[in-house]
Amino acid sequence: MSAPTSVAPAVVARGERLGEGLDAVMRVAEVPMAGLQRLLGPGRMPYVFILPNMLLFTVFVFVPVGLAIAYAFTGGTNLLIWDRPFVGLENFKALLDCGSYLEPSTCRYNLFWTAVHNTWWYTLLNTLGTLFFALVTALVLNRLTRGRGFFRAVFFYPVLLSPVVVGLIWQWFLAREGLVNGFLTDWFDTRIIFLLEVGWSRAWVVYVSIWFHMGFYMLIILAGLQAIPRDIYEAAAIDGTSQWRQFWCLTLPLLIPNLLVVTVLLLIRSVQVFDEAWVLTNGGGPGTANTFIVQFIYQTAFAQEVRLYGLASAASVLMGIALLILTLSQLWLAKKAEV
Amino acid sequence: MIAFLTRTRHPGRADMTDWLAWGWAVLGTLVVAIPIAWAVISSLKTEAEINSFPPALVPRAAQTITVEGQTKPLSMWIRTLPDGSEQTVALVRRIGLSATVLDPSKPDESFRVPVAELRQLKELHLQWSNYSEPMKQFNFLRYLWNTVFVTVVATVLTLLLNSMAAFALSKYRFAGRDAMFALILSTMMIPLSVIMVPAFMVIVGLNLADNLWGVILSTVSTPTGVFLLRQYMLTIPDDLIEAARVDAASEFRIYWRIVLPLCAPALAVLAIFSVIWRWNDFLWPLIVLSSPDNYTLQIGLSSLQGQFNVQWHYILAMTVVTLLPVTMVFLFLQKYITEGVASSGVK
Repeated sequence: MSAPTSVAPAVVARGERLGEGLDAVMRVAEVPMAGLQRLLGPGRMPYVFILPNMLLFTVFVFVPVGLAIAYAFTGGTNLLIWDRPFVGLENFKALLDCGSYLEPSTCRYNLFWTAVHNTWWYTLLNTLGTLFFALVTALVLNRLTRGRGFFRAVFFYPVLLSPVVVGLIWQWFLAREGLVNGFLTDWFDTRIIFLLEVGWSRAWVVYVSIWFHMGFYMLIILAGLQAIPRDIYEAAAIDGTSQWRQFWCLTLPLLIPNLLVVTVLLLIRSVQVFDEAWVLTNGGGPGTANTFIVQFIYQTAFAQEVRLYGLASAASVLMGIALLILTLSQLWLAKKAEV
Repeated sequence: MIAFLTRTRHPGRADMTDWLAWGWAVLGTLVVAIPIAWAVISSLKTEAEINSFPPALVPRAAQTITVEGQTKPLSMWIRTLPDGSEQTVALVRRIGLSATVLDPSKPDESFRVPVAELRQLKELHLQWSNYSEPMKQFNFLRYLWNTVFVTVVATVLTLLLNSMAAFALSKYRFAGRDAMFALILSTMMIPLSVIMVPAFMVIVGLNLADNLWGVILSTVSTPTGVFLLRQYMLTIPDDLIEAARVDAASEFRIYWRIVLPLCAPALAVLAIFSVIWRWNDFLWPLIVLSSPDNYTLQIGLSSLQGQFNVQWHYILAMTVVTLLPVTMVFLFLQKYITEGVASSGVK
């Protein structure tokens, strides 16, 4: 698929109008910038251009990355790093202090391990589920000769909604007085308070995530499908290959690199699940059935009386390591796919 | 219609898989649309209707009538007489299992009937006040304004700063260029959830906690933005820039007079994404903002959920208001958004 090189004239026109508004600002900005150029010489101007960006990256990304590691080795409840005592590996030891890693209740911070377990199951189910639905939908859309644009838009639309909106829409849909329970009462004369039951709420969190994000992965897979040359299929059709065989022996093998990248992307995003699940389950409930790692970090650092920034950072670092491994494997896969 | 539905890749031969494909697409559309439609419908119901069960599929309200001699409007009911015929009556009062009703055409003769004989008469009614009331009651306009402010300022700054960086990276050779580009791209690998504690400390250190600028500044530089614009600028011929230099234009003038206008399509794509990111942003504003006066829509909306004895009729109306701008953007610019995602993997 080609890069978005053409944009509706209306958008460009709107952009130009905005440009006119900025024009005055720029005219004023030009005077000191030209002065700066005389002072530094034209060869140093690129540094001036890139400086604001690098400054913001440094302040809001690079410094925090360094600090995250530093925080993980400090204790106490002060926020500012220079007020915090060094405690060595204490935070990591506390987090990893477990009778058995398979049983969260034997751990010193059982909430962390509950969150790890929940995240693990969520990641597994969400990745498999999204992959399946995104692949099937992409295959279906690739096959449709009419209405492809319409259905592509429909399936992609939820991706653009905010996690809060998605959480609230589904909470209402599944509520005691919601539509699902209306039908259940009509047909089976029963009512289920889905979001207050452990099993149901977990299943719905995964389902809502699939509903929310499936369109994004579908688009990537669809782009991969459309990159497969048509003439391969024509050759197969001439040979009388059945459609099933075409799928198993042509489409799937050619799509594998694309699917691998999508899978790793899904894993990376699933591990960081927070927003929509948090809103949908009213903060990770029932109990801690839907408390995930990011929620643990958020709660530990920001949402309790005693704010354990060190412990939260240690959990962040552990999650960061897992994400780094996933990201590097994604880069490796993407590189391999290109060759 | 049938001809349209049955048209396939092999004309004249609609096989099983074509039907399955259509079934999947139509079913999927319903799965996507129904929860959203249900929220929109419910947002137009009255408080009494929204709490009634089983739910009605359309927003309704009790039909009322003003009867001479009665101070308040009376609700309308249908009474089923023992012989099976029906009569429209107005309810005056209800005590236990019997009710006092009257025939609207004869307002003076009220009589008592068992409640079991009555069925309430409802009519289509759209409760628009669900949309106007929260504007007065819950600071909603404040949230809306904060969100618009963050969205607009952050998007303008994003376009400006990222295009400047992209200009430097694509049109100049300078020591450290490739290292800086790699460094910028590497930030794609660092999600907010990993650095949120120290990032908040930086915000506190800069005295930007509970300040909208704290939300704006930290999200202005985006690696995807720099990458998108750099790739686009690489396609602008260097001759243009050389020609401007010969005409003694300053480097900054070249940037905003030549390069920036030529980048309009890429800038538009980045602007669309930036607006959607900022409008929907949740975790970071949740950490930075603490006083309700500074809440954005998303934070305000999620806080309302726990705050009151959940007033769903208001929450749903505000949910619809929140999803409306993004929906509008998508309706008009759908093609550019889906193409942008498919070609660059931006989300």
